[in-house]
Amino acid sequence: MAKEYKTIGEIAGPLIFVEKTEPVGYNELVNITLADGSVKRGQVLDTSKDIVVVQVFEGTGGLNKDSGVRFTGETIKLPVSSELLGRILSGSGEPLDGGPRIVPEDRWEITGAAINPYSRKPPEEFIQTGISTIDGMNTLVRGQKLPIFSGSGLPHNEIALQIARQAKVLGAEEEFAVVFAAMGITSEEAQHFMYDFERTGALERAVVFTNLADDPAVERLITPRLALTAAEYLAYECEMHVLVILTDMTNYCEALRQMGAAREEVPGRRGYPGYMYTDLASLYERAGVIKGRKGSVTQFSILSMPGDDITHPIPDLSGYITEGQIVISRELHMKGIYPPINVLPSLSRLMNSGIGPGRTREDHKAVSDQLYAGYAEGLDLRGLVAIVGKEALSERDRKFLEFADLFEDRFVRQGMEEDRDIETTLDLGWELLATLSEAQLTRIDNKYIEKYHPAHRNKNKKTVEASTE
Amino acid sequence: MEIKGEIYRISGPVVTALNINARMYDVVKVGDEGLMGEVIGIKGEKTIIQVYEDTSGVKPGEPVIDTGMPLSVELGPGLLESIYDGIQRPLPVLKEKMGDFIQRGVSASGLDHNKQWEFKPVVKKGDKLKGGEIIGTVQETGNILHRILLPPNVSGVVDEINEGTFTVDDVIGRLSDGTELKLMHYWPVRHPRPVKNKLRPTIPLITGQRIFDGLFPLAKGGTAAIPGPFGSGKTVMQQQLAKWSDAEIVVYIGCGERGNEMADVLNEFPELEDPKTGRPLMERTVLIANTSNMPVAAREASVYTGITIAEYYRDMGYDVSLMADSTSRWAEAMREISSRLEEMPGEEGYPAYLAAKLAEFYERAGRAKTLCEDEGSVTVIGAVSPPGGDFSEPVTQNTLRIVKVFWALDAKLAQRRHFPAINWLTSYSLYGRTLDEWYNENISTEWTKLRSDTMNLLQREAELQDIVQLVGSDALPDDQQLTLEIARMVREYFLQQNAYHDVDSYCPMINQYKMLKAILTWGEKAVLALESGASVTNIVALESRDMLAKVRFEKDIDAVLDTVMKKADEEFAAQTQQR
Ligand SMILES: Nc1ncnc2c1ncn2[C@@H]1O[C@H](COP(=O)(O)OP(=O)(O)O)[C@@H](O)[C@H]1O
Ligand SMILES: [Mg+2]
Repeated sequence: MAKEYKTIGEIAGPLIFVEKTEPVGYNELVNITLADGSVKRGQVLDTSKDIVVVQVFEGTGGLNKDSGVRFTGETIKLPVSSELLGRILSGSGEPLDGGPRIVPEDRWEITGAAINPYSRKPPEEFIQTGISTIDGMNTLVRGQKLPIFSGSGLPHNEIALQIARQAKVLGAEEEFAVVFAAMGITSEEAQHFMYDFERTGALERAVVFTNLADDPAVERLITPRLALTAAEYLAYECEMHVLVILTDMTNYCEALRQMGAAREEVPGRRGYPGYMYTDLASLYERAGVIKGRKGSVTQFSILSMPGDDITHPIPDLSGYITEGQIVISRELHMKGIYPPINVLPSLSRLMNSGIGPGRTREDHKAVSDQLYAGYAEGLDLRGLVAIVGKEALSERDRKFLEFADLFEDRFVRQGMEEDRDIETTLDLGWELLATLSEAQLTRIDNKYIEKYHPAHRNKNKKTVEASTE
Repeated sequence: MEIKGEIYRISGPVVTALNINARMYDVVKVGDEGLMGEVIGIKGEKTIIQVYEDTSGVKPGEPVIDTGMPLSVELGPGLLESIYDGIQRPLPVLKEKMGDFIQRGVSASGLDHNKQWEFKPVVKKGDKLKGGEIIGTVQETGNILHRILLPPNVSGVVDEINEGTFTVDDVIGRLSDGTELKLMHYWPVRHPRPVKNKLRPTIPLITGQRIFDGLFPLAKGGTAAIPGPFGSGKTVMQQQLAKWSDAEIVVYIGCGERGNEMADVLNEFPELEDPKTGRPLMERTVLIANTSNMPVAAREASVYTGITIAEYYRDMGYDVSLMADSTSRWAEAMREISSRLEEMPGEEGYPAYLAAKLAEFYERAGRAKTLCEDEGSVTVIGAVSPPGGDFSEPVTQNTLRIVKVFWALDAKLAQRRHFPAINWLTSYSLYGRTLDEWYNENISTEWTKLRSDTMNLLQREAELQDIVQLVGSDALPDDQQLTLEIARMVREYFLQQNAYHDVDSYCPMINQYKMLKAILTWGEKAVLALESGASVTNIVALESRDMLAKVRFEKDIDAVLDTVMKKADEEFAAQTQQR
């Protein structure tokens, strides 16, 4: 049993400063016993011969200078086991579902080591989410980290749930295991997720970690790490394909900011710590596929943009790390369009490796590019019309204006239970593009126009049928 | 002799040690596991060390050993086709030693010390050699002859030199003072390698990217910055440059960025052909991957490791280009370390020496006469990742003060999938004039005029667009409407270039010239047609115009352009006859 110190010299916010210790290791796990016998956990942030700084995960409420501090001599670990599936745990990994303690098959460090870039296999397996704006224009692939950038009051949870329900890899039998980590969300929101998991039977293949809004903020710093450790275990030891949903990353970042302030660090941009990029990367980069291993970790986190501002440090730094972003638009939401995904600022950086012949369809890239260009042009014109009126537009421009409306109404809009396959999505794209003049389709190779454009398609049909017979 | 001190304090990657008397930038071994670190500060009896590996579990009181050597890289055959972390540890070796995840406490040397190389001397006994001279050659990869150099700080008379098969550790000869000659030598990364003198950059680095070569050219030995918000195309453009630019050697540094992007390069480069030599691209490439989740101190070191390797190949007389994606992550690494040191912060928390470090780094670029009297160059292209896409932040601003080419990426263009999303109104190249002569001689004497006509057209478009925003395009007179349409052709048919299209991805310089000329010629014809009474609507609907749009997807453009321009002549003639 490690030696107990009663030498706390100072308590400041979530931090305690312990004096006169034997040498203590950096990042060590710390147990602190309160007068009432309860135990809190913490982690060493700074250690020297004179003073050791510890951050306390459950908060420092109830601590005093007499609290007993024990340094465990090891870093924080998560007991891992395939039995994690179906379990609901607290934000620090304690069972909340009244079930038995998890009998560990192993104990893994929650900080997780970086995947050697040489060991990574570039993600390329198309995940069909059944949502046109994602599959058609911001394609998700297995092993990607693609967050939803949203705002308060927007239906990001519905979208995340729809994806969790519908996501599949074409031609693959296995279903995704889901690791869900709630950080600082309300219990109502958490209920919403749990209800849907139960309704669809997803809970059996899910692990849930919940740190709610009224749980200590510092705990949020470990919740996603526990979740990702569980995900890595399921992926790399149990050979599962894991979808990790982290929500809300904004609350995680706020906790990080609080910790920085408590340590009186020099803040970076807008008060967030200068190391926030590196810290976030240590979470997001834990997605991927490893050569020679069967499982994979795909991340679909949710973050709310404070003030709907995409340049705010939280979405900004996230966007610099993740492999794209799905941006939810308040404007589309107000128009009553679900899912209100604004494709223009949205991006999937791994789309190109997941689409094309043999994966989705040969014309996919071109259709997507053309839809983008057309919609962007239409939106510009919408802005212009507000000033100069529709009459000032040329015939060509009017077509683009209408195209933008059609695009939102038919392509973006779909039902919450509507699961469109990729063929349907692409054909729908062509149908809309056909409302523009063919000469405007400059992003598309003629060979695809001849093969897929509705005007040519009917003409071609007979020849195609003949040749496949 | 090794001096052993002990750890006083650990705060993340920064460790304070007592009782060692190390020099600044000495490499030290920290703790029981001997983690690699570097001295970055000395305050009284305390020595401040940045550690290149994770320090979890390291305790005060553990030993610190000074190696007495500065942070150095191994330079010799075997660098090409390698992928290293920020401190030149080969990632395949790390994988072999510790599996798919990077653990710590493993050392690995930069070069393969067992591999045998065929060495052919070019000097003989009695030759008098100066530092940096070539003593012989090794065929390093299919196309790259590795010139074995005498280290820049060594000189003397050859006493013995042997031809044969050697490892990098074997002695291949001796100088008369007894100095052993080997295929490799060490060089401290924070010291620029010396050259005889610097030369004016007068030869363009041909990149195969139309907006670069066409409008904002970079010179061999020049410096460029690509700033842009996330998703605007920094990485894709850096990779395009690594793939297609006509450098002989490419050093690509993934500095604090994504692991998958490096995996992608590793996957793709061995498959792609160097357009100049037809050899796999990987054979001319050195990769350095210190991704965002790898230790931040090693990220700080990665750019130095990279540029030292680049200088080494320059010293052999090669044209090297170096891409650093992203220099902002390097700056942030400096900031993280600096704040752990509790240094007085400058702007936005960056250390006050940020500007100086950036300048020192870019200063290592250049075209030069090497110590062996050859000519070589290091071209440096740095991506910059401004927070919130705001170019007024310190890293962008300090970089712009140094570099000569500014390729400004624009989120608005990227959002509408106009790629490369380089803003043609704000970007610039200060090499334009110096390179004109080369274009006159090698491409066409018309080239510079074409370029300035294009720039003028795009400027004119921007002015007209401002008016359109107020009154709508229909209110413009016909000739101005036509100007807008021709400018649109330049943007969509020439400036846009799809990095993922087999053919479009790389456009040879001569094709760029032909395409641009064709578009502008078509535009001139259109203006004439308009003057003789044709309508804008009809001109814009001509088939030859649509045909021009697709030229960029064609491999053999001569025949295509021929057809297009014939068609254009017919169509324009018909237009004017109708009147
Ligand atoms: N030249 C290009 N051609 C085609 N697509 C491009 C091009 N440049 C960028 N893109 C698209 O933009 C996305 C983001 O580019 P990337 O270079 O990763 O941005 P950044 O490094 O600035 O964050 C890419 O995934 C790709 O889809
Ligand atoms: Mg990038």
